[in-house]
Amino acid sequence: MKFTEEHEWLRVEGDEVVVGITTHAAEQLGDVVFVELPDEGTTVSKDDEVVVIESVKAASDILVPIDGEITEVNGALTDNPSMVNDDPQGEAWFFKMKVSDASQMDDFMDEAAYQKFIG
Amino acid sequence: MSDLKQTALHDLHVELGAKMVPFAGYSMPVQYPLGVMKEHLHTRAAAGLFDVGHMGQVVVRAKSGSYEDAALAMERLVPVDVLGLGEMRQRYAMFTDPNGGILDDLMLANLGDHLFVVVNAGCKDDDIALMREALSDSCEIEVLDDRALLALQGPQAEAALARLQPSVADMKFMDVARDVDLDGITVTLSRSGYTGEDGYEISVANGDAVALAQKLLAIEEVEPIGLGARDSLRLEGGLCLYGHDIDTTTTPVEAALNWAIQKVRREDGDRAGGFPGAGVILQQLADGAPRKRVGLLPEGRAPMREGVAIYDAAEGGNEVGRVTSGGFGPTVGGPVAMGYVSAEHAKVDTPLWGEVRGKRLPLTVTKMPFVAANFKR
Repeated sequence: MKFTEEHEWLRVEGDEVVVGITTHAAEQLGDVVFVELPDEGTTVSKDDEVVVIESVKAASDILVPIDGEITEVNGALTDNPSMVNDDPQGEAWFFKMKVSDASQMDDFMDEAAYQKFIG
Repeated sequence: MSDLKQTALHDLHVELGAKMVPFAGYSMPVQYPLGVMKEHLHTRAAAGLFDVGHMGQVVVRAKSGSYEDAALAMERLVPVDVLGLGEMRQRYAMFTDPNGGILDDLMLANLGDHLFVVVNAGCKDDDIALMREALSDSCEIEVLDDRALLALQGPQAEAALARLQPSVADMKFMDVARDVDLDGITVTLSRSGYTGEDGYEISVANGDAVALAQKLLAIEEVEPIGLGARDSLRLEGGLCLYGHDIDTTTTPVEAALNWAIQKVRREDGDRAGGFPGAGVILQQLADGAPRKRVGLLPEGRAPMREGVAIYDAAEGGNEVGRVTSGGFGPTVGGPVAMGYVSAEHAKVDTPLWGEVRGKRLPLTVTKMPFVAANFKR
């Protein structure tokens, strides 16, 4: 699993990458009450705002970590947003994408570096 | 490193694991380890303890020593019947300005020989200056900086507090009691709150505040509750937050607070007018206001927060209002909001649209509170 400074995680699964937010990010957000996901098939560029996530406290955007195409979204989150708090780094993935340039993956942190990053 | 003020319970909050945030110049607990959602639901199901010691507590005492003189003086600042307030009773009020705008909202209590006033933290310096300026000819204004304020709220608040003093169960909504012994600690308390639930607000000497909070937290039904849940509770309760739902640009009539202006202060009342902005406010009471604060129930799951523009059509149409408070209502189980809409769109069940992230999402003008109030009348 790789991590971004925006507190997302990426997991390579075959020729796709699965994206979610970290346990740390979910804790900071507090109780998640709303998730809006992108359309499958959308072509996206790094830093596009593709997911809206709202907690009891505030709305936040999830930025695309890498260029590519959204291939699948986790529709279960729309009906049950609290999954993001219950299992952020497992069941509560946001979307899967095909990555345009796999070398962009090299920019991300490994778990140890991320743990250090969040201190 | 910080200039934030602390309430008497500050160290207890930290000990309880609260996340502290700056609020109205104070370091206050926004949530405890339970989290906003569970704290909210716990308060609706059992009892929650809130630190509201950042609010201002002020005694207004007439130099003559009579409550009536203090009440009549206060009536120069609020459109409310203060003289007619029964002894050991409390009432909601607001300070108005010459344009009819709201300077702050507050609670007034008749403590027999003086008025006890509780004002918002963010406005208290201005409120105190206002009262000193306007009332000092006939009254002494004493700020009770040495007192903390706790709120115990929820359907089990009565049972919990009665374990420290059985007589509190006899109090009715908006009753006030002085010099009450809560298991050895002397307090002044009222049966009131800011959650839409039954409960008490308890004024206690700073030096006794931690001991009282610990006695209450030791009761099984009671959990500490932070500002996050306080906000979602009052929003579901349809209660205004000063600086958001009401301010100097909103009149009490626009804010749908007409119920707080008793007949005696209205046109043809014995003490009609005589408060700042009376011209505008009395005229709006008679003819209606151009806009009104209403409850807004979004249809989908997306919260509509403060600032969301409200339209009268799914496409095109006109902007007819704005959300002033909105979020997720844990008890409602979905988004809830309140805001101002033009008078012709303020009727309950009117369909409107709120624009969230460029999309018009349907909502309905709804009666407030969103959750039935649970007061002991």
